[in-house]
Amino acid sequence: MSGTSTYVPKSALGKWFESRLPIIGLVHSSFVAYPTPRNLNYLWTFGAILSFMLAAQIVTGVILAMHYVPQANLAFDSVEHIMRDVNYGWLLRYLHSNGASMFFFAVYAHIFRGIYYGSYKAPREVLWILGVIIYLLMMATAFMGYVLPWGQMSFWGATVITNLFSAIPLVGKSIATWLWGGYAVGDPTLNRFFSLHYLLPFMIAGVVVLHVWALHVVGQNNPDGVEVKNVARDTVAFTPYATLKDVFGLAVFLIVYAWFVFYIPNYLGDADNYIKANPLQTPARIVPEWYLLPFYAILRAIPNKLLGVIALFSAIALLAFLPWLDTSPVRSAKYRPVFRVFFWAFVAVCLGLGWLGSQEITDAYVLAARILAICYFAFFLVVLPLLGLLETTRPLPPSIADAVLARTKGGSANVAVGPAEKSAV
Amino acid sequence: MGERSERMTMIRLRTIALASAALLGFAAFAPAGFAANEQPSPPPANEAKQGASQPTPPTEAGEEQPSPTRQSWSFSGLFGTYDQAQLQRGFKVYHDVCANCHSLSIPFRTLSDPTGPGFSDAQVKALAATYQVTDTEPNDKGEYAKRPGRPSDLIPGPYPNPEAAAAALGKAPPDMSTLVKARKYERGFPWFIFDALPFDQYQEVGADYVYAVLNGYTKADDLNWNLYYPGHKIAMPKPLSDGQVDYTDGTPTTVAQYARDVVSFLYWASEPTLVERKKIGMRVMVFLIVLSALLYFTKKRVWEKAH
Repeated sequence: MSGTSTYVPKSALGKWFESRLPIIGLVHSSFVAYPTPRNLNYLWTFGAILSFMLAAQIVTGVILAMHYVPQANLAFDSVEHIMRDVNYGWLLRYLHSNGASMFFFAVYAHIFRGIYYGSYKAPREVLWILGVIIYLLMMATAFMGYVLPWGQMSFWGATVITNLFSAIPLVGKSIATWLWGGYAVGDPTLNRFFSLHYLLPFMIAGVVVLHVWALHVVGQNNPDGVEVKNVARDTVAFTPYATLKDVFGLAVFLIVYAWFVFYIPNYLGDADNYIKANPLQTPARIVPEWYLLPFYAILRAIPNKLLGVIALFSAIALLAFLPWLDTSPVRSAKYRPVFRVFFWAFVAVCLGLGWLGSQEITDAYVLAARILAICYFAFFLVVLPLLGLLETTRPLPPSIADAVLARTKGGSANVAVGPAEKSAV
Repeated sequence: MGERSERMTMIRLRTIALASAALLGFAAFAPAGFAANEQPSPPPANEAKQGASQPTPPTEAGEEQPSPTRQSWSFSGLFGTYDQAQLQRGFKVYHDVCANCHSLSIPFRTLSDPTGPGFSDAQVKALAATYQVTDTEPNDKGEYAKRPGRPSDLIPGPYPNPEAAAAALGKAPPDMSTLVKARKYERGFPWFIFDALPFDQYQEVGADYVYAVLNGYTKADDLNWNLYYPGHKIAMPKPLSDGQVDYTDGTPTTVAQYARDVVSFLYWASEPTLVERKKIGMRVMVFLIVLSALLYFTKKRVWEKAH
């Protein structure tokens, strides 16, 4: 992780250690001296919030794993044992299950912020793709975690999702059998899902390190989407400025998290998952967790199973191609008035798909889901490529400092430079 | 300038390529609208189940059932707690009526939980001893001995396993330890959003549903017809009738009162830590709100230097 390291060890021991392993200097340059654009808004605190959520999920998850039994006949009862008998087991489990939802809430805020401000554009393509990989790993981890309580929705959700692979021509059935470790979802499936659910978060942590590394090489994007030109004028030091802002953002986020955990802990879950898995009884309606609903709606909108699966996966994969699908040289939606309209329409489409994903299938449902699915793909494949050519963008500010000054005009805007110096830049 | 026009040409070319890719995408969608209506997920089970469960069409419009009405419960809201006397009455209804068919897999000892039914340790010990429990480990003779229950045991069900219950009753009655949490009714848009918000926080849909079902046996000539059960045909015949269970505290012995008490008891059984959860929650919320306020002013002070 690069950056301007201004770290000078003070003690003799510090000097001795730093000359052998410069890790304190690395941390100092990455999280203390690291210059952050001075115009970042609170949407930029979700990076720190996501790091916190990953750590929180790993800590609560490791403790839950000490009490959980990954065995088809015992899993459900072991979760109830955690809820009733383990000291603060109810708290750990509600923190973990609602933590998954909060993690996704934060990641969606983070992703949509990236789209709104064009954070994926050069030179941040690799940073963005690493983020898409993290998102994919998160979905796999969350899905497998949802299977572990072995309730009705766990079992039937696992059946539906693993069955998607059987749509692959020729080898599909064999792949499904291989995933299950049998001819249907059962004890071997539960065991391997538990193993992978424990493994994947550490892989996420690994990719997060790469994500942060890439971020610190290319620097943060910012709401005005213009690059840092003068470190002294355009940026502030990570500590204390960004650190304090992140910690405040996190504290507010924790209020929402605590609300879910302590007052509405089962609101986001499905009631059916408090019924022990029964392979002989299909629930009235099989619904994934809320964060997967838009993709589920796309899957169900298409009457052919293979095409549905292809649409589902391409809906996610398209994200990785965003840097090349969006042809506009201007990053921020602030200076792209037409894009801004399409962006909010896209958010509405995603919410609409999410709602449809939770509903029963009717003719009106299928029609609405198809229209919205077409809109979803059109945003990536038609709107973004064409808009870059057709849109008249607003003039960009010459620098971040100028953008900040324009907004705090007349205020106490002491960017440590006089007006003469400003015009020279 | 040359660099710029080159870049524009590149962008234009790229756009044409992508637009054609988009058209291909639409082409893939177009036939979808005309193809056979074959769904990748298995929701038909729903229709099959609903269809089978309503051989006699009810007088009301088709298979629709009304939504349960929202009740007021002592355990709802920010400061909700359990009413100890009510849980003890509810336990009596469970013990005298429900337990004939339903199991309730919770340990006896939790019945003395001070925020729950709050029976004395002696009462729980005496209650446990009225049950016969088979040891899970063989004794020194290699036999699985039967012995009187202890407070640490799970309450034994009326049948050794769900199969035995199904053989005797036609269908295995669900275990009641998480029953109330496992039931819901559709709230629909936009109500489900308000349900999550402070001061409304409607989290008792399951309780209201079970309460409605217990009061929903409105046809005297058909004890398996229920107003609120999906499809109206319920396997459990009318379980409660007025005066069936004796109350010693003067509470009315009506079906509505029994239903209210037993649902409260079952809510406790599925969420025994609710009182502790809400109590800790209040401290956590106050702490976090104060912390956020302090952090906000600290942040503001520090950033003043930068602006």
